[in-house]
Amino acid sequence: MARTVSTQTKWGWTIAAWVVALIIFFPILWTILTAFKTEGDAILFPPAFLPPHWTLENFFEVQARSDYFHHFFNSVVIAVGSTLLALIVAVPAAWSMAFSPTKRTRDILMWMLSTKMMPAVGVLVPIYLIFKNLSLLDNLAGLTVILMLINLPIVIWMLYTYFKEIPVDILEACRMDGATLWREIVYVLLPMAVPGIASTMLLNIILAWNEAFWTLNLTAANAAPLTAFIASYSSPEGLFWAKLSAASTLAIAPILLLGWFSQKQLVRGLTFGAVK
Amino acid sequence: MGSIALENVTKSFGNHSVIPPINLKIEDGQFVVFVGPSGCGKSTLLRLIAGLEDTSSGIIKIDGADMTDTIPAKRQLSMVFQSYALYPHMSVYNNIAFPLKMANVDKATIDQKVKAAARTLNLTDYLERRPRMLSGGQRQRVAIGRAIVRQPKAFLFDEPLSNLDAALRVNMRLEISELHQQLKTTMIYVTHDQVEAMTMADKIVVLNAGNIEQYGTPMELYRTPANRFVAGFIGSPKMNFVDGAEAAKFNAFSIGVRPEHMTIAKASGTWKGTIGVAEHLGSDTFFYVHCDGLGPVTVRTEGNEDFKPGDTVWLTPDPAHIYRFDKTGVAIH
Repeated sequence: MARTVSTQTKWGWTIAAWVVALIIFFPILWTILTAFKTEGDAILFPPAFLPPHWTLENFFEVQARSDYFHHFFNSVVIAVGSTLLALIVAVPAAWSMAFSPTKRTRDILMWMLSTKMMPAVGVLVPIYLIFKNLSLLDNLAGLTVILMLINLPIVIWMLYTYFKEIPVDILEACRMDGATLWREIVYVLLPMAVPGIASTMLLNIILAWNEAFWTLNLTAANAAPLTAFIASYSSPEGLFWAKLSAASTLAIAPILLLGWFSQKQLVRGLTFGAVK
Repeated sequence: MGSIALENVTKSFGNHSVIPPINLKIEDGQFVVFVGPSGCGKSTLLRLIAGLEDTSSGIIKIDGADMTDTIPAKRQLSMVFQSYALYPHMSVYNNIAFPLKMANVDKATIDQKVKAAARTLNLTDYLERRPRMLSGGQRQRVAIGRAIVRQPKAFLFDEPLSNLDAALRVNMRLEISELHQQLKTTMIYVTHDQVEAMTMADKIVVLNAGNIEQYGTPMELYRTPANRFVAGFIGSPKMNFVDGAEAAKFNAFSIGVRPEHMTIAKASGTWKGTIGVAEHLGSDTFFYVHCDGLGPVTVRTEGNEDFKPGDTVWLTPDPAHIYRFDKTGVAIH
């Protein structure tokens, strides 16, 4: 007998899903709402859900105090730059591992993944010293390279699974049809791999945008991205909730919008290969 | 022109030998079928000819020229894959046009040739569709269209019909045979289905564990199988084999009788048995008989024979059609 899901169960799950989603989203919502409150309203107790006095003052003040656009620019350079750099290295790497694997391919993949299991702080001192000696501290190029390196294993893994899904038969058919390697790549491989490359790119941009360990430790002012911008609002003199919230809102807004518009691609990217 | 010759070709993966030294000559314009059970190396052999697999040693000649180290793109062979291997992001038109595009043929000629191929294969109405919008049979036709659109030296088919349902398979089988008569180009066709092999081939190569067991016309293989393996593989239902004392009467280690070379009677005959299952196909009836001391024996009779499961019957092999084999399975003539 086929199992039918009763309407009641369906409603139950829908409500449960909404509750979980709201719980997860609530901190973000609260941050956004607080950004529109005055400092006084922000620390009211009991707290007011909606701002009693809507204000944009926090945003102006944040921009005036710490130059949002300077940090925004740095974030974009680091996120996009490290992603492109990672793709340049990862596409050929994943390609060769997917289409001409050797006995060691699996080991290499596992080894690359294992580097992600090491706590970053474990290599902070050597990397800091290397950066210092190469004059790369507080430098956009240095930061771009380090973020590319830390995300490279994930990028290679994602691309590898994507390329694995391209049937070898089709590439062989292409060879039989008289295509040279270059034409095989341009006419058949790339068009078939574009969705995979796109979602890998998106995910990597988000990861690089949110990365806070290296960006905080290797920058001071010049190369500081939005993560450093938010961090600068938590200071020993005390917290300014409304301004901190305004800064956070500004910092997460671009990536939230990017995620929103590309959610279909992202979900596909994250679950790719999991479901046949 | 499209003769293909394999000279001492071998293939091994690591230490595992898949193809022991093989010598084979396929003449221009022939329809040759490689047949054998799965894992016998028939697909590997085809891929060696295509260049998709490197030979471990030996020489592959196409039209007399050594092509052993030539890349697939330069061998001028067309291949139809079991999975169809169509380009999913291209329309049917572009799929068929692809080999011509790769050969830098001008647009007007491409258009003319693609349309001609589409007409031959009844695909004219589907030229703008993507492969995923086609049925299995249509996809297979597109794959064939992509192969015939240029004039290759030979066509290679790798189990092209095994993903189709039975009725469609019979249709496509006829279409491919007709295509061969029309084009008269060399065709190499790989299948595990001996019916496909018998019905389509000019010549059949029976493979077993990488070895060529026999190479000949379908009727040669049927009438004079070289050994027990070929005798058992060619023909449907399978040949019956009898070992031991019964075989010794014919001066052989084992004997084989095809189901169609056996008569069944109620009163008397050579071997006594009980009918286990009767399969009525209409034109023919197959009886599966349990013979005392011999084991199961299959008999093929006319459709109107009227025996029932459980009946005791007598079987008589036709003495003119008894195949004899020695201890190693080689046929004794």
